[in-house]
Amino acid sequence: MDLFSFFQYEFVWRAVIAGSFIALVCSILGVLLVLRRLSLIGDGLAHVTFGSVAVSLLFKQHPVYLSIPIVMAGSLGILKLTEKARLYGDAAIGIVSSLGVAGGIIIASVAGGFNIDIFSFLFGNILAISQAEVLTSIALSIVVLLIIFFFYHEHFATAFDEEFAKISGIDTGKINAILVLLTGITVVLAMKIVGIMLTSSLLILPSVTALQIARSFKNTMIVSSICGIVSVIVGIYASFVMNLPTGATIVMANFLLFITAYTYKNTVRSKYR
Amino acid sequence: MTIVAVEHLSFRYNSVEVLSDISFGVNEGDYIGLVGPNGSGKTTAIKVVLGLVKPAKGIVSLFGTNVNDFREWHRIGYLPQKLTHFNPHFPATVREIVSSGLFSTKKFPKRIQRSDEALIDDAMRLTDVADIRHKLIGELSGGQQQRVLVARAIVNRPDLLILDEPTTALDPEARGTFFQTLMGLNQNGNVTIILITHDIASIGKYASKLLYLDKQIIFYGSFEDFCLSEKMTNYFGEFSQHLICHRHD
Repeated sequence: MDLFSFFQYEFVWRAVIAGSFIALVCSILGVLLVLRRLSLIGDGLAHVTFGSVAVSLLFKQHPVYLSIPIVMAGSLGILKLTEKARLYGDAAIGIVSSLGVAGGIIIASVAGGFNIDIFSFLFGNILAISQAEVLTSIALSIVVLLIIFFFYHEHFATAFDEEFAKISGIDTGKINAILVLLTGITVVLAMKIVGIMLTSSLLILPSVTALQIARSFKNTMIVSSICGIVSVIVGIYASFVMNLPTGATIVMANFLLFITAYTYKNTVRSKYR
Repeated sequence: MTIVAVEHLSFRYNSVEVLSDISFGVNEGDYIGLVGPNGSGKTTAIKVVLGLVKPAKGIVSLFGTNVNDFREWHRIGYLPQKLTHFNPHFPATVREIVSSGLFSTKKFPKRIQRSDEALIDDAMRLTDVADIRHKLIGELSGGQQQRVLVARAIVNRPDLLILDEPTTALDPEARGTFFQTLMGLNQNGNVTIILITHDIASIGKYASKLLYLDKQIIFYGSFEDFCLSEKMTNYFGEFSQHLICHRHD
């Protein structure tokens, strides 16, 4: 199938538009998370999404709308466990994520009858995204992007040197809270594209690809965004042509970009340095 | 004018006493060498002064305001200890890092303006990093990284500059140049400086006052007083004291 006929389908357009917005948010936020060594928070919060989807199905609500407050609460839970209970970040993520999964399993088991629905969220299906979900994804993505834009320098300073950021009068506690809350929203949005199991890949892979070749912080954000969007478009097209699961194909496209960037850095660029 | 006032400050880390009832004041224009052995509480004292950690007891004032209420962070430049506070592979250019020293002068939303370019260029020129402005921090030597962080500390033209062991990654020649630069800032720019170092002999050549800390204040005063102090002769031994004072002469 050529590209022209591929884009004749309306559901493809919906997937590409929503996927590109969500990938853009994931890629930019991912840079901050990777540099703060918080990459796994995406994975942990994705597990919380499993529990929140179970709650949504139990109350017959749309999973995205109910998941956002629950996952945001989970993200704050991780932050507070780290700050107040003085747990290491990975331990806090482990506690909250296992709590999310355990809660989801118990609800699914007690309520019964929606096991098939909940498991469909594990792997996502961007091609089945509805018009309303596209609009929600675009609106929430714009909100997240605007918040990152307005706090860009605060995020840069905190990610580079938190102690110096504090001396610069930046409320690093507030910046950390903003970062995890935005991650919570983004993880819920990403669930629709690649599913709960692969959400963290949308956060991590574009940013680590960008880190191989970017020449400044701003450049890293731009390259990461391009990688994220290209992966979504290529992934959707390739999955359609080869009849493969879309979410997994997007992740594979992301990984191929990473390998390409890594090879470029260690061969071509190192040769001319 | 008193720029830093520390009164009866004590700090414990778990049950270990790190600082015990220390009091000192730093006046405008002072250049203070803060010295002491490893684990003597030098860095902790500075962190308490900057409000980064809370003391068990005592009061700290910056420019006449209690540190808990202090908001004029643009008046302070700070170089943290070593280069362990940041990821050396962080994808930031020298220029981006130096610019970040101006964030303390900005209100929300923080933006670097065209008018800030001159300040950034000045700081980079003064610390000799202008030629490497587009390089990533991870591509630089330890000495160059140190100079970039010094540029970040002085770009906002601070009234008080606090440097925690800034010369550890510098070779002897670069160290001499660095101390000269600081002296220029202190004498020509009227910048008050607190410099933490192990190198008590070198600092004697540049600083106007010595603050010797070993969990408590062992000595605080001018180098002249230090050299004449019988108490210090007993503490350091005649030979060591002579060595420090000889370097100062």
